[in-house]
Amino acid sequence: MDFGFAPIETRSIDIDIFDSRILKYVIKYEPSLLVCLSCGGCTATCSAGNLTDFNVRRMQLMLRRGETENLQTEINKCMLCGKCLLVCPRGVNLRNVVMLIKKALVIYKNQEK
Amino acid sequence: MKFDDIFYYPFLAGTIYLFAVIIGRFIRWFLGLSKIDKIRIRKGFFSVKTLQSIWESIREGLLHFKMYRVNKLLGYMHMSFALGWFLLIVVGHIETSCYYGTLNFPFQHSIFYRYFITEQTDFPGHVFFAYAMEFLLFYVLSGVLLAYFKRFKSKLFGMKKTTRMRYGDHIALTSLWLIFPTRFFCEICSAGIYANGSPIFNAIGAFAGQYLPLESLLKPLWAFYSIDLGIFFCAMPYTRYMHIFAEINYIFLKNWGIRLKKRVNTFTMAEVYSCSRCGVCIDACQLNLAGIKNSQSVYVLKNIRNKNLTDEVLFNCLLCGKCQEICPVGIDVNNLRITQRIETTLQYNSSYDYLETGIAKKSDVVYFAGCMTHLTPAIKKAMLKILDQSGENYWFMDETKAPCCGRPLMLAGQFDAAQKLIDNNQKLILDSGAKTLVVSCPICYKVFKEDYMMPDVEVRHHSEYILDLVKQGKLTLKQSDKKIVYHDPCELGRGSGIYEQPRELLSYSNNLVPINNEKEKAMCCGGSLANLKISMAERNILSEQVMNEFASYNPDYVVTSCPLCKKTFAKTDILPVKDIAEVVVENIENKN
Repeated sequence: MDFGFAPIETRSIDIDIFDSRILKYVIKYEPSLLVCLSCGGCTATCSAGNLTDFNVRRMQLMLRRGETENLQTEINKCMLCGKCLLVCPRGVNLRNVVMLIKKALVIYKNQEK
Repeated sequence: MKFDDIFYYPFLAGTIYLFAVIIGRFIRWFLGLSKIDKIRIRKGFFSVKTLQSIWESIREGLLHFKMYRVNKLLGYMHMSFALGWFLLIVVGHIETSCYYGTLNFPFQHSIFYRYFITEQTDFPGHVFFAYAMEFLLFYVLSGVLLAYFKRFKSKLFGMKKTTRMRYGDHIALTSLWLIFPTRFFCEICSAGIYANGSPIFNAIGAFAGQYLPLESLLKPLWAFYSIDLGIFFCAMPYTRYMHIFAEINYIFLKNWGIRLKKRVNTFTMAEVYSCSRCGVCIDACQLNLAGIKNSQSVYVLKNIRNKNLTDEVLFNCLLCGKCQEICPVGIDVNNLRITQRIETTLQYNSSYDYLETGIAKKSDVVYFAGCMTHLTPAIKKAMLKILDQSGENYWFMDETKAPCCGRPLMLAGQFDAAQKLIDNNQKLILDSGAKTLVVSCPICYKVFKEDYMMPDVEVRHHSEYILDLVKQGKLTLKQSDKKIVYHDPCELGRGSGIYEQPRELLSYSNNLVPINNEKEKAMCCGGSLANLKISMAERNILSEQVMNEFASYNPDYVVTSCPLCKKTFAKTDILPVKDIAEVVVENIENKN
């Protein structure tokens, strides 16, 4: 049946196939990520974001959607300077989140081999 | 087979086994060092450094000076064990050779002297030797007694906590605790039967003989002594008691200039094994306060040794360096931990391909504010005012865009990634042709000082630099009657050894109050970027404790020279916090 509209492929999250391993790994070791309210303070202050197209909130969106490929390129832009940590009103330990994502990417890549 | 011929075999077997394992390990550690390190050893071997190492081995391995300074009772305990036992062996040997009149005697006679030498001896000084040996035995026993007490009531030693032990440690500990009491009873027993001890021991022995069947106790006691020694020696290489030999080895290697160079090698093991797990670092650690009790240096060293180090432990450390400062063995724990971090994160370093080479402005002085200063604009403003007033030809390098200095990556173990940022920044600074680089952040300062290859550029922390300006008369400061306390940032104080310059600068115009925990003993603000695991709530506990301590001195405000410390302290809202640059700007005398 055609209702005249359909989900846009690129925007839909198929929860049956979406890869949540990295997200679960990160939340297991850094549960503070769950209290993030996406205010964007981290993104505004980011040192790397000043130099290149890097966005902490987008990084989190990729993490939550399981976009492993994009996450890989995005996460490598971070310089770990820690400003995000200091401005975060919720006390999310973002530096640890970044390190955990980096580690998880390696772990799951090795598993697939 | 006669008892006399075989009872010392357990001791003999233990000794041979112990030395075989130790020598094997030393050789393996040596072979694992890099070529340059081996050359360092060869060069250092015939130099004055070797003599220094021998003295240091006596001072720290036997006398335990540093341990004594940290904790007198603990120092005495370690000294009585080490020095007492060492002298027992040496004096025992001299006594035996005096008895035989030659150095050529069966070695077991010197260890089990009073068992073998049973006749009434009359070589010159035999009474002196008997007294000396018995005195030394009592000396060691006093240490053993303290050790018993410490195990059950560590608070008596001013130690809140002692190190948790493993199963094997208990075997070694029990055998060690039994060695000297057993020996005491052995000697009493022998003295009671043969009257071959000092007059005092002979009398005690004779007294004991009235109630106990000494004749039938003699052999079991001495056999037990031998077996106990054997057990202890066999357990030694696998427990913390390995430190007795490893510490000496470490002192020599350290003095010959061996260090960990951003990668793990066998020197790590040499350091790990020389930890005596005295537990001094546990009490020094501020993380206790936040309820973190498994990541103190002693546990990390232990985990490395047992090969069960987890990221949760390794990265849960402020790298404030308080434990390193107080460590009686002088283990370079911060460096050790960073190299472990580098090793565990080797597989995922970033390349930062997006970095572009900026255009440098020719100048005499380069000012690098760093990420943290940009987050505390008051410091940046103050610095720019000072630089403007001083009339220097300066260039504000990261005014709009610049990568991070690389230190936060370094602290997280991302060495290769940090190197990319370092290369980028370094090129820019060298291009500017400046002779001085001013940074207003100790985190940046440390990495610029240690990891950048800029031999012609002098790196100055802003507290040093402003002090120079004041001394050269480029800035004049007026008096103010403000009462202040100064907080030493970890990376600047213990990390780079800068304690006096900020104090000198502050005392130009303020009333600087000395506090209890300052300089080497300074606390960490709790904001350290080195700790990736600590939660914000735990950080706040640490900062509040430090601020409350400052508040007890009733200062007008707290001064620090690190933007991160300022930011962390300011959040507690207990006292106003200012950076040293801000304080200077307040007191600048306008030349009109």
